[in-house]
Amino acid sequence: MLNFIVRRLLAMLPVLLAVSLLTFLIASLLPGDLALVILGDQATPENVAALRRDMGLDQPLWWRYLSWLGHVVQGDLGRSFRTGQTVLQAVAERIPVSLQLMLMAEFIGLLIGVPVAIACAARAGGAFDRFMTGSAFAMLSMPSFLTAILLIYLFAVELRWLPATGYVPFTEEPLANLRFFVLPALTLALAEWPGIMRVLRSDMIATLQEDYIALAKAKGLKPSRILFVHALKPSSLTLVTVTGINIGRLLGGTLIVESIFALPGIGRLLVGAIYTRDLVILQGVVLLVACGFVIVNFIVDMLYAVLDPRIRHGHA
Amino acid sequence: MTAPLLTIEDVAVELPTPRGNLRAVDHVDLSLQAGRTLGIVGESGCGKTMLSRAVLQLLPKKAKLTGRVMFDGEDLVRLEAESLRRLRGRDLAVVFQDPMTSLNPVLTIGTQLMETIQEHLELDAPAAKARSIELLAAVGIPAPEQRLAQYPHQCSGGMRQRIAIAIALSCEPKLLIADEPTTALDVTIQAQILDLLAREQRRRHMAMIIITHDLGVVAGRADEVAVMYAGRVVERAPTQALFKRMHMPYTEALLAAIPKLETAPHTPLPAISGRPPDPTRPLKGCSFAPRCNYAGGRCHEAKPVLTSAEMAEHLYACFHPIRMTEGIEA
Repeated sequence: MLNFIVRRLLAMLPVLLAVSLLTFLIASLLPGDLALVILGDQATPENVAALRRDMGLDQPLWWRYLSWLGHVVQGDLGRSFRTGQTVLQAVAERIPVSLQLMLMAEFIGLLIGVPVAIACAARAGGAFDRFMTGSAFAMLSMPSFLTAILLIYLFAVELRWLPATGYVPFTEEPLANLRFFVLPALTLALAEWPGIMRVLRSDMIATLQEDYIALAKAKGLKPSRILFVHALKPSSLTLVTVTGINIGRLLGGTLIVESIFALPGIGRLLVGAIYTRDLVILQGVVLLVACGFVIVNFIVDMLYAVLDPRIRHGHA
Repeated sequence: MTAPLLTIEDVAVELPTPRGNLRAVDHVDLSLQAGRTLGIVGESGCGKTMLSRAVLQLLPKKAKLTGRVMFDGEDLVRLEAESLRRLRGRDLAVVFQDPMTSLNPVLTIGTQLMETIQEHLELDAPAAKARSIELLAAVGIPAPEQRLAQYPHQCSGGMRQRIAIAIALSCEPKLLIADEPTTALDVTIQAQILDLLAREQRRRHMAMIIITHDLGVVAGRADEVAVMYAGRVVERAPTQALFKRMHMPYTEALLAAIPKLETAPHTPLPAISGRPPDPTRPLKGCSFAPRCNYAGGRCHEAKPVLTSAEMAEHLYACFHPIRMTEGIEA
């Protein structure tokens, strides 16, 4: 098992390196001179040239990449030339919002998707299965801004159960914080559960055809034990993958949902950086989000091993 | 004579396919006394596995089953799900063909053994564990205690089949159905597994059905043999009587297709030419007639029914039975 973990960790290094190169290139190859952006239209050519020299923009690309990487490795991702905030400060301010939103959305999504998938697979082709598969398809094709508006209309405007927009940190007012998060999390979850449900349902249906399920029935086990112990565990590998991808995606923020519900998350930070051409923030945040993605994938790999002993022992 | 433990009465299984209904089992009658062994022999697709699934009530959802399966005084076909569940694993156990797929890959061997024991016998976890260790030792697994924490992929095919047998034996079943229990195994392991099954059967005084395509497997081990072809039982007799004097040309052909040590090298095996009939297009006459060396005009016109030979227990379905075959001593 230790061997397995070390192997996976080593495999992450080239991925991280590639990610850093790509984020650097994206930011560097964007059209427009950074020095010109900072100084504005009225800058003299001499001032621009001086600033370019100060910022090292006159150096060759590979040299700039290496020196940037050198700083990154030491934890220095740079500082916004607009707000003076470091990348880490900006991210640290926003990440709790995106993290909480992601966690609540995934939790609700799994809470709906997993039981529905199991119930559908247990009676595949039945009335419930057909109804839920159809509903999942409908939900899947519904854009999140529409879901958000409908939820706001129902729960905030008509029923007045929950606030429509706003945010307070969890540490200040936990209950109010949760109330602010319910609708945005639900909006995301309503888009997440159909994917979760469809993946798990089809894997469960395949697993239920296996010989070992026939044997479990022949052993006289309770149907619930067959479904939840014998069938669910071997069917959940794709589910874990999909959940991992969802989590990675939500880590990078969700611009539409954050905007509609006025949540100060990573998504709005990124878009703000793009609008203001704040390339340092953009580069740093993209790098951090990508690293988060890689780490989530590493955790997914670990979960594979937990779920399937054959992977743990290097048989598959 | 006491009532049989298992009576299969007029059982038929039909499977809907895109090409029409497939009659997998065609009105089969069989019975088995407690403590006895029945061998069901036939080539692939003859319906022997479907028949065993019909007994276990493990047919595919779409399959249509008619007839009665009386087991220990109850009709399994009409038994409600909960009673059936209590019966399976406790009184009625099964060993499947392929031990590589019949054990759950993500659960430990201990879990898969103990869950059966704890489901049916009122044992707490330590007692169930002790019993599991005993069972693994009984089926010839070395270091049984260590095996409990292992997963199926850490065991060889022969080991896995022994574990599957241990699971089947765990609640002292009255009937064990072994569906091609050695087909997926190495030849060297096959005899060991068959001997193990025979030994445990005698020791526990349980009835057993061995399903196989190999007449040689049932020769020394079954009390009675039923030969199946195209969903029907075509010959049925006590093992010794069958091997002494088989009446059905199909049985003879099956036996002739087994390679023998005495034959000279490079002699072609007398294989049965042709294919079994399409089960979605039943023939009017005897299903074996198109492949049979003895078939006459009548064979293509009407289906022969099972009739008694000189011995009441020896039944065959043939218009031109072979009266005198050399046969081999069982």
